[in-house]
Amino acid sequence: MTGRTMSGATTHLDTVEHAGQSPDTIQPWAELGLKADEYQRIRAILGRRPTSAELAMYSVMWSEHCSYKSSKVHLRQFGDKTTEQMRSVLLAGIGENAGVVDVGDGWAVTFKVESHNHPSYIEPYQGAATGVGGIVRDILAMGARPIAVMDQLRFGAIDHPDTARVVHGVVAGVGGYGNCLGLPNIGGELVFDPCYQGNPLVNALCVGALRHEDLHLANATGEGNLVVLFGARTGGDGIGGVSVLASETFDEKGPSRRPAVQVGDPFAEKVLIECCLELFTAGVVEGIQDLGGAGLSCATSELASAGDGGMAVRLEEVPLRDATLRPEEILMSESQERMMAIVRPDRIDEFMAIARKWDVEAAVIGEVTAGERLTITWHDELIVDVPPRTVAHEGPVYQRPFERPGSQDALQADSALALPRPKTGDELRETVLRLAGSPNLASKEWVTAQYDRYVMGNTALAMPDDAGVVRVDEESGLGVAVATDCNARFAKLDPYAGAQLALSEAYRNVATAGATPLAVTDCLNFGSPEDPGVMWQFAETTRGLADACQVLGTPVTGGNVSLYNSTGDDAIHPTPVVGVLGVMDDVTRRTPSGWRQPGQVIYLLGTTREELSGSEWAWVTHGHLGGVPPKVDLGAERLLGQILVNASRDGLVDAAHDLSDGGLAQALVEACLRYDVGARVWLDEVCERDGISPFTALFSESVARVIVSVPRTEEVRFTDMCTARGQVHARIGVVDSPDEDATLDVQGLFSIPLTELRQAWEPLLRNTFS
Amino acid sequence: MRVGVVTFPGSLDDQDAARAVRLAGGEAVSLWHGDCDLRGVDAVVLPGGFSYGDYLRCGAISRFAPVMEPLIAAAKGGLSVLGICNGFQVLCEAHLLPGALIRNDHRMFVCRDQRLSIERTDTPWTNQYQRGEEIVIPLKNGEGGYVADDATLDMLEGEGRVVARYVGGNPNGSYRNIAGVSNEAGNVVGLMPHPEHATEPFFGPDPRSGTTGLDGMRFFTSLLEKVAAA
Repeated sequence: MTGRTMSGATTHLDTVEHAGQSPDTIQPWAELGLKADEYQRIRAILGRRPTSAELAMYSVMWSEHCSYKSSKVHLRQFGDKTTEQMRSVLLAGIGENAGVVDVGDGWAVTFKVESHNHPSYIEPYQGAATGVGGIVRDILAMGARPIAVMDQLRFGAIDHPDTARVVHGVVAGVGGYGNCLGLPNIGGELVFDPCYQGNPLVNALCVGALRHEDLHLANATGEGNLVVLFGARTGGDGIGGVSVLASETFDEKGPSRRPAVQVGDPFAEKVLIECCLELFTAGVVEGIQDLGGAGLSCATSELASAGDGGMAVRLEEVPLRDATLRPEEILMSESQERMMAIVRPDRIDEFMAIARKWDVEAAVIGEVTAGERLTITWHDELIVDVPPRTVAHEGPVYQRPFERPGSQDALQADSALALPRPKTGDELRETVLRLAGSPNLASKEWVTAQYDRYVMGNTALAMPDDAGVVRVDEESGLGVAVATDCNARFAKLDPYAGAQLALSEAYRNVATAGATPLAVTDCLNFGSPEDPGVMWQFAETTRGLADACQVLGTPVTGGNVSLYNSTGDDAIHPTPVVGVLGVMDDVTRRTPSGWRQPGQVIYLLGTTREELSGSEWAWVTHGHLGGVPPKVDLGAERLLGQILVNASRDGLVDAAHDLSDGGLAQALVEACLRYDVGARVWLDEVCERDGISPFTALFSESVARVIVSVPRTEEVRFTDMCTARGQVHARIGVVDSPDEDATLDVQGLFSIPLTELRQAWEPLLRNTFS
Repeated sequence: MRVGVVTFPGSLDDQDAARAVRLAGGEAVSLWHGDCDLRGVDAVVLPGGFSYGDYLRCGAISRFAPVMEPLIAAAKGGLSVLGICNGFQVLCEAHLLPGALIRNDHRMFVCRDQRLSIERTDTPWTNQYQRGEEIVIPLKNGEGGYVADDATLDMLEGEGRVVARYVGGNPNGSYRNIAGVSNEAGNVVGLMPHPEHATEPFFGPDPRSGTTGLDGMRFFTSLLEKVAAA
């Protein structure tokens, strides 16, 4: 669909009456992404052929992106496996725009991660920018003030000629939009892997805070209440973006699809945020919904579907940027920075006055009606007359076939344990440096320096620390920590375990910062669901994540699924990005990831096993991916979390850093470089206790491990606590003096001056992309 | 001590400036861009942000806001005015300060803890600093390159109107490393980095900077000192 009119659409207005009279009109359902049986189902629901406007609505709302038709049957587990006790922290859960978590003192926090993958490959800047804009509106629609963003980025090989194009655009887009909105960017992920070459992943997370009483839900209730569209005008951008971009795999020979990507205006969104918050405070909003994917089609049908009546919309009242837009295009337009509110007639003047104050254009485009139909007219002619639930909530559901790929056994049999290993001190030293300077472990400062982390004045931790921490209540210091993680190599080797490992790591990172993990959001990025092997990965991932959430007591509150991340037969690694939100009573007690005080003792918490398959070491030094990932140990993870939170609260640790990609070696590197303070480390005791070699101690990626630095005055209390609770711990080092000769010294093996370490770790991204 | 903080559409650091004023012991008074009224404040901060999206030249639209009319008149009459980041851009566009701020020479937004040397200390905003004192406060901008013609730059240097200079690397291509300037009388100061983001422990510059993270506080306590003395 590229022209000004929908191909195949009749040139005159296709009214409901006309549709009833012309059942045999050929309609472009296939071009709009519908399957033959889906089109027949629409005809059955309506008892006639759909009008072109109805066809537009159904096609976009029944797309994979909006309907979750392939994933729904699996996603149900997140609700089914949430116990009453887990539910007790939730004020709103899956199904709303975002989950809302009670964090105490009358405060609630809402957070969600969402993908904008396909648009970001085509038009990296705008794709990424509008990804941020979209997730921020989701949070705003809950009645919350957005307080922070994060971005989870995955690109192709760092040295591939096309990677720089995407990296530059995406990073500038995330920054350009988020910075201009005035939201601190408090962290995220940055991964390079050839599997993302043609399908980069751009996920964005937003956190918002609200008082319990300010919670707003997306429904249209109260006959006679007005439907108000406000924010930016509706234009021709992003028409069909949802169905065209999210439901088809890229084909190099296809037509240029640039016009399908939306264009963002962060200033309009900033003003919209302030306007909405003032509207909420004034109490003039009965229900609210953001306009994202599927635009007006989605907002009108979802609001009406979730409400207790119907809705009548006069489409010609929609303020337009382009007066030539046809009604179908207005319904499908994904113009950004728009919201829809339900307002009582006696409050509309107040509503409009607040909108005027912020120079936000607002128009009454319809009202809530008594019936159960969503009707849309165009200059008094009826062009849509549908049951809204059939559009919004009762779309097709597929039981896609899934099957463990035959290649999975061979993949798992190809263990990294057989790979040649460094043995001597010199070889280990060289490996530490090589890993520190590798694309996924090197400093991410080139990216994070393009993001404002200070705005709002509440950021207590941000990259490069383990979690982002922001204050919610300025009086008490109450705040939240958020971390997101996913090692997609682990997920490729074993999707069930991989999803649990992603949760495990994010949970650990939140606890490492000193916060108690409470709730989960996820962004499930996968290949084509029409591939049974990919669908098996998806089924295993959702099962693994839901099971692990139950064990850890952290409910999935909402999230997003992105399918069709494949080019030809090549799918990305399954990439279930898991975000964990934790709460802390006083964010100034947060634990940073680097040590600063000379003489403090360094403890390694947790057990190290010989687990190298899927590790950063195997990938960087051997280009190897095979075997089975590290063993999941959620019990150990939960205990470790409790130890870390208590230690933070009681002032027993001054620094804590989790062990994940690159193992102990990389954790030591980062903890030293955080404040340029060296350390002397010995591994003999750990090697003897766990029955491992120094190489394994340094590079294994076993779960449930962190390093902490403990003030000598607190050492006895700390070790007593570990012993009493059964937390495995070993004293492995001492923090050195911060001077020019600072080194990371691993006794008996090697010593690396921090200047040399920094030289290895710091410049890669800057040199590659500047 | 009542310090007005102006909110333009797209202002972002207005709440932060207000917080800094309160932490310094003053009373922050919110001023709305659309009101032609300074509400009797003793001083004004024009905060950071992207007013009107900065889609035109930064500050070029805001300088025509109704609130700017009494503000410009009062500034010429001696009212203490501090423009931070976008506020600095507005002051230049309003011709209360010479020069202009253009896109960073490296074309990227930059957010970092920035070392500055304070060079003019007889302004109401900097009288608590020592001349030549080095401080670290956050810098975050996309269009922070300070430019002016040589004659103007020579005049600024000759009259001692450079308030702060970048030390340890020029982050945005500003001529002569200029981070902030003042008008002749010194009551109007524009500064690209953000002192309001270095006024509260744990929420300012990283300890890597080697500072307490509170180096920006004296911009606001200076003001109180000046008013108390007046």
